[in-house]
Amino acid sequence: MNKPNIEGNWALTRKRSRLEQRARIVQSIRSFFVARNYLEVETPHRLPGNAPEAHINAVASDGWFLQTSPELCMKRLLAAGYRQLFQICRCWRERERGSRHLPEFAMLEWYAADCDYRRLMDECEMLLRALVPDENFTYQGENIELSDPFERLTVAQAFERYASLGLAEALATDRFDELLTLEVEPHLGRGRPSFLIEYPAELAALARCHPERPQVAERFELYIAGIELANAFSELTDAEEQRRRFTADEANRRAAGRPPYPMPEKFLAELSAMPEAAGIALGIDRLVMLLTDAATIDEVVAFAPELL
Amino acid sequence: MLTCSDLRKGTKLMIDGEPHVIAQFDFTKPGKGQALYKCKLRNMITGALFDRTYRSGESFEPAALEERDMQYLYQDETGYVFMDQKTYEQTTLAEEALGDQKYFLVDNMEVKILLFGERGIGITLPNFVNLRVTQAEPWVKGDTAAGNNKPATVESGYTLQVPSFVEEGTLIQIDTRTGEYVTRVKE
Repeated sequence: MNKPNIEGNWALTRKRSRLEQRARIVQSIRSFFVARNYLEVETPHRLPGNAPEAHINAVASDGWFLQTSPELCMKRLLAAGYRQLFQICRCWRERERGSRHLPEFAMLEWYAADCDYRRLMDECEMLLRALVPDENFTYQGENIELSDPFERLTVAQAFERYASLGLAEALATDRFDELLTLEVEPHLGRGRPSFLIEYPAELAALARCHPERPQVAERFELYIAGIELANAFSELTDAEEQRRRFTADEANRRAAGRPPYPMPEKFLAELSAMPEAAGIALGIDRLVMLLTDAATIDEVVAFAPELL
Repeated sequence: MLTCSDLRKGTKLMIDGEPHVIAQFDFTKPGKGQALYKCKLRNMITGALFDRTYRSGESFEPAALEERDMQYLYQDETGYVFMDQKTYEQTTLAEEALGDQKYFLVDNMEVKILLFGERGIGITLPNFVNLRVTQAEPWVKGDTAAGNNKPATVESGYTLQVPSFVEEGTLIQIDTRTGEYVTRVKE
């Protein structure tokens, strides 16, 4: 039954238009940040350890780990006086594979000194408008309008509005992520992008808490058409507090049987020199999905892992 | 036992003592949150479809179904008839048990029949099948853009997307796991 191919791999050939659009989008992202005086940097993909996170698993690499995000190196650069930085890089997250997940994916991260999460929201709006000069596009039949201010909704409001449990009860019963995914997210970013803002403080590994309301972190996620596109926060610059959170998160990781990360001592030592800052991570593959009207992430990369 | 990371389209699980197959599967998680495994399950005995979402940490009993090599003979009003070539024993599967797989059955094709007890409840097809295109828009000369596609119907009645250069009468290879076009077959 298996005859040799007599033509090229059509599944690859037919991706040409999306791959061309992807290249243009990435070029436009670079132009946007360069014009705004951000320095493009490259940091190592392979690290002694990542920032400990309960639900993100790194791929081991010869005793070290592939990065799950470039955040620690980016913040060390901020602490050394680089005031505006961006990076477009590969990240790896073990066993994350679905219609919107690839275990190796393309990440855009940008960081700015003397900046907070509110300014990052403004910058997200400007970036999207720069990428879509018409200021609206269609995703899977739904018109997404970019010209008006994006919706800003607190996590508590979103649970109130869309979930079968309130935020406090969802947290207390360990159902926050489940309800967020199944009941809240499908309503976010409908017709226009939404910022889901002010996450509970306990869900903010590296985020600063709100100065007047310490129960919430200055963190947001950007959603378009129900798809989570970016995660951002005002950076925690209190090294003591950061060490306390890392210690707790790392203990949870080890209790769950994860391979240990060393404490990122150089990062912690330099953190106190870091100015007030904010940073954001945006999934480029999902952005390309949205802007090229692709139903799955497989359609915007040449090779999903199953094709290798 | 299976864990969530074993779940994918086609995985067979025992649920309440009956074999189920994952007909559709998606992994989803908030960037920093817990993973969820969204499954559309089909009861392999009744054909009933339903949705279920699992969280990390759950475990599953695999549905260990016996497989038997058989040959496809023909279709009649009772269903699709297969024969064990060693024992000449015949088994009939209902159309619902096959779903879209019925489009990829070719006379005398060798398949694996999945047995629950003595009863045939599903089949495993060869990964690729060759079928002839019976209906497709003609190739517009000058349409040289590689990657352009159009719908085509093959001899079994199945419709799929094919490259624009595929015409009526062309023999094409289809991946039976995805239902997608692979290549033209040289004759």
